[in-house]
Amino acid sequence: MIRVVLPVHLRTLAQVGGEVQLDVAGTPTQRSVLDALEASYPQLRGTTRDHVTRRRRPFIRFFACERDLSNESPDTPLPEEVAKGDEPLLVVGAMAGG
Amino acid sequence: MSGVRVLVGTRKGAFVMTADGKRDQWDITGPHFGGWEIYHVKGSPADPDRLYASQSTGWFGQLIQRSDDGGKSWEPVGNEFAYEGVPGTHLWYDGTPHPWEFKRVWDLEPALDDPDTVYAGVEDAALFRSTDGGKSWQELSGLRTHPSASSWQLGAGGMCLHTVILDRANPGRMFIAISAAGAFRSDDAGKTWRPINHGLKSAQIPNPEAEVGHCVHRIAMHPDRPNKLFMQKHWDVMRSDDAGESWHEVSGNLPTDFGFPIDVHAHEPDTVFVVPIKSDSEHYPPDGKLRVYRSRTGGDDWQELTNGLPQRDCYVNVLRDAMAVDSLDSCGVYFGTTGGQVYCSSDSGDHWAAIARDLPSVLSVEVQTLA
Repeated sequence: MIRVVLPVHLRTLAQVGGEVQLDVAGTPTQRSVLDALEASYPQLRGTTRDHVTRRRRPFIRFFACERDLSNESPDTPLPEEVAKGDEPLLVVGAMAGG
Repeated sequence: MSGVRVLVGTRKGAFVMTADGKRDQWDITGPHFGGWEIYHVKGSPADPDRLYASQSTGWFGQLIQRSDDGGKSWEPVGNEFAYEGVPGTHLWYDGTPHPWEFKRVWDLEPALDDPDTVYAGVEDAALFRSTDGGKSWQELSGLRTHPSASSWQLGAGGMCLHTVILDRANPGRMFIAISAAGAFRSDDAGKTWRPINHGLKSAQIPNPEAEVGHCVHRIAMHPDRPNKLFMQKHWDVMRSDDAGESWHEVSGNLPTDFGFPIDVHAHEPDTVFVVPIKSDSEHYPPDGKLRVYRSRTGGDDWQELTNGLPQRDCYVNVLRDAMAVDSLDSCGVYFGTTGGQVYCSSDSGDHWAAIARDLPSVLSVEVQTLA
């Protein structure tokens, strides 16, 4: 079970109150976790990744285990603590704007 | 008793304002989608309870929200706006080719006769259509693939398709406007397009009378006079009497002919409203006085309307999509400001009162006249 913490606006959009828990087959990666997230919550499609390029939106960050994973390849395995469900993957809106 | 529903999009959410026909007591709900930029909210002429809203932020991209109960509840619908084929390039600020990239939806225009059909004008400039209530969107690519498109250049606000006008009298005829490409018309429901900018003069482009490249800020049409169009251009207020085939200037005695919105009285097709703004770099009213100007003669002869509007120390702007009129017997006129005020006149502009004074910066104002 993968735990994902969404920023408040995406929690509102997905109508979830806290952490999201997802079943992800195989070794979890950014891509597979986001695929699972969007499959469970279709209204989140396009909000963390561009619809066409599938790239991370510029003002979205992915953190876990006190590390910034934003610039990792989307197919890099997530840290073992995330894979085991001990730590969440944090989807964060970057500090930008006012 | 009949009434109105005013749909306000702001930098930080949407607001829905309702009143009876007197338009002096308002019920305001919102912010809907708090924290998101709401570029436009508009209701279907075919079903007034069907609303569409364009919701976006720099963080999370574009969403489209739909309401089937007049704005009491909303559901997100489709948000994938994919250009058809290879998008090609337009000109960047420095004059170099730049790939077309979808940024946001500026304008949502529900079809006149079908609540499930809605058009979306987007940045980078293109026109999309949904026929399933916003669940999916298809580009009407004949516009973006017009032979002139590679020469279109964005304005300071981005290269946005901000105006979509559907012509009830001529099915299949549509008008759109793009900053800074100009106005275009289709006579085949959006399949093919041609520029309609003859008569426009823009000193800010190399050929002031070029076929494309003009920064058209807004176009307005009275549904009973579909051949008569009014335009607020970057500078100049213009009129066409032949469905855009040619334009002539009607700025007349305006204190400045720069501005953004323009709209036409619901019952008087020759009565038009503008809000003069000092200049292209000074986006506020001249002399700190917020004044709507009304012409009852199709332009040229303008009367300032100030009753109830601030006449000192006012330095707000009124954006291109932030003016609307209702169709009650005594025509109501509405506009919103970048300072968060929404003003209403229930007597064609003679007297004004604020519906709200402290909203986030207003991006758009629409009004529905309810039976």
